[in-house]
Amino acid sequence: MSENVKIRKPKPYTNPYLAGLGLGLVLLLSYVIMGRGLGASGAVSTVVASGVNAVAPTHASGNNFYAEYLGDGTTNPFKDWLVFEVLGVLVGGFVSGMFAGRVKKSIEKGPRIANRTRLYYAVIGGALMGFGAKLARGCTSGQALTGGAILNLGSWAFMMCVFGGAYMFAYFMRRQWL
Amino acid sequence: MMPYFKFDYFGADTGLVFAFLIGIGFGWFLERAGFGTAKKLAAQFYFKDLTVFKVMFTAIVTAMLGIYFLSSFGFMDISQVNVIDTYLLPQIVGGLLLGIGFVIGGYCPGTSMVACSTGKIDAFWFVGGIFLGTFIYGEVYPLIEGFANSTHMGKIIMPVYFNIPYGILVFAVVLMALGGFAGAEWAEKKFGYKRAGAVNEN
Repeated sequence: MSENVKIRKPKPYTNPYLAGLGLGLVLLLSYVIMGRGLGASGAVSTVVASGVNAVAPTHASGNNFYAEYLGDGTTNPFKDWLVFEVLGVLVGGFVSGMFAGRVKKSIEKGPRIANRTRLYYAVIGGALMGFGAKLARGCTSGQALTGGAILNLGSWAFMMCVFGGAYMFAYFMRRQWL
Repeated sequence: MMPYFKFDYFGADTGLVFAFLIGIGFGWFLERAGFGTAKKLAAQFYFKDLTVFKVMFTAIVTAMLGIYFLSSFGFMDISQVNVIDTYLLPQIVGGLLLGIGFVIGGYCPGTSMVACSTGKIDAFWFVGGIFLGTFIYGEVYPLIEGFANSTHMGKIIMPVYFNIPYGILVFAVVLMALGGFAGAEWAEKKFGYKRAGAVNEN
């Protein structure tokens, strides 16, 4: 029976500095091999642009934002570096979670908020992120981490504003998390 | 010469294989750090658990030092490395929106993918939100195109902008990160889940 308990209990997380070192080496490897950093939100843009293009092609081609992600029509927009990288992220996250016993259906939140409210907040937060990441030309991965490591001016301004915005707004969200 | 792709060691299709492999590493370490759960990520903004800051800055410093030394010793041609153009005002506004979205939604785009892969229902809704937000951006883009492309400063890195030698700035960032880590450890002891007598809510 003790064997059973052992399997169910998730393993503790890696030391933050060690995990950070690993993440930094992956980022460095990406720069060494490809000359570019990591990303996440860009893959969503490819899917959205392709979706709009499938439903309303003239609408999509007349819009500079969609057009940029659709390319000139000679190549498949899904044959994109970030799309393949994000597929890898899904695999890597899943494999790590499996080994640590952390793959489990759940809703992550504090004890003082209903599940339904949490899910609404998740959609609103995701939408703000999706919109903001387009305006900023990247998210925490593509700007803060990637641009941070090469001391990109805009990335550092962006990073300060992410932390600033989150800390400024945290008070209003305390019931969700604490 | 690094970066290998820029010097035609392999083609774009092989690059996609590397994209997938690099993604696996990225997802693995995000999950290992505990970034597959919104509770741990959001705790950053209440000084309860500063793992986000520690992991992010260790990663930035590691990659920054790697790039600095590889280029200083002539293994890497830094002029061939991608630099995203700076659009200062849109990036400031976008950053604030992301920050607010982070504390409301509990994830950022990369960590939400990892959370989805480990079964977090809220992360699926969050990713749905990213699609929605991106679609809204696309639809209103003709109206905000002017602002989105304003304050364009081109490819500009801080050593050039502030006219500080690259090595000095690298050193300053390392010192700043070390100071930040010391501060983070102190804050966790004072306010965090790890403080004496606190209930471990991790």
